[in-house]
Amino acid sequence: MSQNKWKITLKIHRQKEAEAPHFDEFALDVDPDEYVLDAVERVWAFMDRTVCFRHACHHSTCGACGMRVNGVEKLTCITYIRDVTQDGGTLKVEPLRNFPVISDLAVDMGSLYSRLDTVGARSVLPVTQAEAEKKPADWPAGDEQYIRLADCIECGLCISACPSAATSSDYLGPAVLAGAQANGLKRNPELLGLVDTEDGLWRCHSAFECTAVCPSFVDPARRIMDLRKQVFVERFSRVFRRS
Amino acid sequence: MSKPHAIIVGAGFTGVATAHDLALRGFDVTVIERGDICNGTSGRTHGLLHCGGRYAVKDQESAIECIDENTLLRKIVPQAIEPNGGLFIALDDSDLAYGEAFIDGCEACHIPLEQLTPQQALRLEPNINPRLLTAFLIPDGTFDPLRLALSFAANAKKNGARFRTYTEAKGLIMDGTGRVTGVRILDRQSNKAEELRGDILVNATGAWAGEIAEMAGADVPVKPTPGVMVAYDQRFVQRAINRLNKPGDGDIVLPQRRMVVVGTTSFEIDDLDYVPVLDDHVDLMLERGAELIPAIRNARIRGKYMATRPLISSGSGRSAARTFKCYDHKETHNVEGFVTITGGKATTLRAMAEKTADVVCEKLGLNAPCQTKEVPLVSYRQYYALPN
Ligand SMILES: Cc1cc2nc3c(=O)[nH]c(=O)nc-3n(C[C@H](O)[C@H](O)[C@H](O)COP(=O)(O)OP(=O)(O)OC[C@H]3O[C@@H](n4cnc5c(N)ncnc54)[C@H](O)[C@@H]3O)c2cc1C
Ligand code: SF4
Repeated sequence: MSQNKWKITLKIHRQKEAEAPHFDEFALDVDPDEYVLDAVERVWAFMDRTVCFRHACHHSTCGACGMRVNGVEKLTCITYIRDVTQDGGTLKVEPLRNFPVISDLAVDMGSLYSRLDTVGARSVLPVTQAEAEKKPADWPAGDEQYIRLADCIECGLCISACPSAATSSDYLGPAVLAGAQANGLKRNPELLGLVDTEDGLWRCHSAFECTAVCPSFVDPARRIMDLRKQVFVERFSRVFRRS
Repeated sequence: MSKPHAIIVGAGFTGVATAHDLALRGFDVTVIERGDICNGTSGRTHGLLHCGGRYAVKDQESAIECIDENTLLRKIVPQAIEPNGGLFIALDDSDLAYGEAFIDGCEACHIPLEQLTPQQALRLEPNINPRLLTAFLIPDGTFDPLRLALSFAANAKKNGARFRTYTEAKGLIMDGTGRVTGVRILDRQSNKAEELRGDILVNATGAWAGEIAEMAGADVPVKPTPGVMVAYDQRFVQRAINRLNKPGDGDIVLPQRRMVVVGTTSFEIDDLDYVPVLDDHVDLMLERGAELIPAIRNARIRGKYMATRPLISSGSGRSAARTFKCYDHKETHNVEGFVTITGGKATTLRAMAEKTADVVCEKLGLNAPCQTKEVPLVSYRQYYALPN
């Protein structure tokens, strides 16, 4: 951690029921090696008890603290202040887009969670099925007995960043399509009807913003590409089966 | 007769589990939480589904609670748990000497354990310190804190419980006879004050329990004791790795998603609402963590954070008992309609809820047995999907 403190201005999006949205500014002394979430929490603790924000694990496992920081979707619990501003600089913190705002920085993630359930996105799975690019040197054979939490932390950053999600609130969105892809249409043919639709796969215009902001290596854009291939295979095999 | 209305303050592990239990027993339940689910200690907990090994020598009451609850939670909430087991490893003579008491303690607390040679242990976990002297395989697990809590909350909601998140308890409403009849709340989404009436008020605010108790002129002997944890960006192990010795700093490393998390420390504080993550504690986690898994030195920090234990102050720091306590404030301070549940651990959330709901039912003269041991929980995602 660095010895020198920075002075920054934290500009927080405020929005209470029946109130017009606006920004409040807070002057803070911070350590540049603190996280953005630490600064927001300090505002609540010492400066303004009315600030609402969502957070839980503080180490990128729960997905609760997604916000837009200077216009870019970030998981604020692992975003160092030094990486997003400078001494004397400003940090603008806003709620995620494409979700209803509950209050200030907190959004309602209900749509994401229920859609993930609809496609049966898995939460825990055998380690051998986890596509970790940094595998421990040699996972022992017979790893099937060990399971781990799958990687999508349900943070919604991809949905906030997606230009297609902005055009339709019914769009399943990157995380949900990625969940369907990971399950596989071959194993779960009933998913075809859900994803092979206008508000499913075909609303994606390959902007790749989802993969750019995903904090958890899910790479939704690649998965959506792959899901399209799976859809063609599945459609063909259905034609085949019929004839 | 209409259902009795229970108001629970706090939606950490203790509050959501109590909501689930009371909803199953037929209560009308309202949960008040000033943030979202897991706003306090629970969200930032380390994540060890204790098998009790850690407490088997010094605090056998806690150890037995842990192994019993560990076994149950694997069955009712597998969606939030990696049931991969754990190792206690010995690295020096003092660890080896502790091993004797450890074996006896685990036996006394019916914690199954298997002793492994260093070679066997390294075959299971190639990244642990190759200089280990012996190892014990025990049924630890890890859990995802938010998803564990959401699972209980989802099930409570399914049975009719309402969750008023972003709503702060500001004061208690008392009648002339010293009975708590409700709570004054501030809806933080609208900045509006309201009053809420109930038949019983359950204080499940963990480390903050003293603040709520004080609103009724009561107090609880809870000693807030924070600890620091550090997450590194590689998953070096599949199991919980514990140092085989009496509980100390940085002696547990847990796998979580693509990370390992080293924890924790133990210190005292004045201000509960903001606890800084101290640099020297972060450094200590690296030092101690690397004793268990040397490769941690080559990994990068993914997150450093802290949480505050709601310890019941029967001792200090590490020696304080890790068990929980439910206070009926009629007995402690002659305040009717008000109970506090605090202390304990994530691992014992269900048992804490059972105990609290038992006390609540007894106070209200209801005969409604606990059902939480048998009921598998619905998907944690249903918490957000179900209407409130
Ligand atoms: C560093 C550390 C590591 C730990 N590791 C483990 C572990 O590995 N395994 C394990 O089993 N246990 C572990 N524990 C213990 C476990 O995390 C706690 O026992 C548990 O989280 C406490 O839950 P709780 O619901 O009682 O309290 P909390 O989670 O703190 O919940 C209390 C809630 O009350 C709310 N609240 C407070 N005041 C008000 C108010 N006025 N109005 C409305 N709401 C209010 C807070 O926002 C908070 O959400 C650890 C604890 C710490 C500190
Ligand atoms: S795919 Fe990535 S960005 Fe989208 S919700 Fe999951 S973890 Fe977050």
